[in-house]
Amino acid sequence: MAHAEGHPHAAAHPHAATDKKQHVEGQQHPLGIYFKIWGLLFVLSAASYAVDYYHVQGYLRWTLILVFMMLKAGLIVAVFMHMVWERLALVYAILVPPLLLLVFVAIGAFEADYTFLTRGTFFGPPAQTAPATSKHK
Amino acid sequence: MTQTALASAGHAAPLKEGLPGVVADWSSDQRAFKNVPWGKAMMWIFLLSDTFIFGSFLISYMTVRMSTQAPWPNPSEVFALTIAGQSIPLILIAIMTFVLISSSGTMVLAVNYGYRRDRKMTFIFLIVTAILGATFVGMQAFEWSKLIFEEGIRPWGNPMGAAQFGATFFMITGFHGTHVSIGVIFLIIVAVKVLRGSLDAERPGFLTGRRGNYEMVETMGLYWHFVDLVWVFIFAVFYLW
Repeated sequence: MAHAEGHPHAAAHPHAATDKKQHVEGQQHPLGIYFKIWGLLFVLSAASYAVDYYHVQGYLRWTLILVFMMLKAGLIVAVFMHMVWERLALVYAILVPPLLLLVFVAIGAFEADYTFLTRGTFFGPPAQTAPATSKHK
Repeated sequence: MTQTALASAGHAAPLKEGLPGVVADWSSDQRAFKNVPWGKAMMWIFLLSDTFIFGSFLISYMTVRMSTQAPWPNPSEVFALTIAGQSIPLILIAIMTFVLISSSGTMVLAVNYGYRRDRKMTFIFLIVTAILGATFVGMQAFEWSKLIFEEGIRPWGNPMGAAQFGATFFMITGFHGTHVSIGVIFLIIVAVKVLRGSLDAERPGFLTGRRGNYEMVETMGLYWHFVDLVWVFIFAVFYLW
């Protein structure tokens, strides 16, 4: 197994061929890649926590948060959930539909802007103090 | 990406790769997802629907946060803990993140040892995953009680700022915590099945009557990694934003 680090399927072949039960469809890969990704996820989580800990603000903060988020999500889906080793028919069926959510994000942002402006018009200028909104407490 | 050995074991003709493969798979007039057990394909489709549920929650949160005129409470301060006399921002959430990632790591090991037919190691890693998951839920319970009893955060308002903070927080983390709890229960069920050899013996399950096999461990793993995946997004857009 150890020699097959870069080519997971080189390790998967003997298992698939010698498996006497007909379960040849499972995902079997060397452990090394899992440990690497595990470590990488730890590093990325620590990095995103550091963004908050060292008070990075503004566009840099939002960019870093989103980049670390997408990297972590990508690693989990690709390796832990074995997506890189699946056939494209499944990959596209699962990963393309969520792109619709980006459309919903855009719609939600427009709606939120409109609501914000309407509130500004009807309830006076943006309040900087909290008590005005928490009268139901 | 080549799965020639796997393909030749189960099918007569080798499967096409790339985009022609996508077209061939979908137009094959057979099952569209080749080389994938149906339980796993259905789990993926369930997870796709769950993606939209959590996506809707997070988009509602964005809409609500953008449209409020009151200042949003600073999560960095709200979720700070005082340890040894020092206030450390967001520390509990960071620990929860590491616990959940570790549980994902042990889960992937359980799947791997399952396919090697190593019952003992599979059982151990499944149970470790369940324990880490239960730890996560426990820490979340601690976090909730701190917010409710000490800081006075309610779904309809809070002393720090925008009233919508509590509603979105309890909704999103509550739904995620429910997913983790259900995952822990199923991890224990699968672990027991592994330990008593039900998967090797292909014994039918008590609920669905499906024959046991080690692909179930991988399907369970997909669900568990998804729970971790959702937390990645919640951590980024709710706690860090």
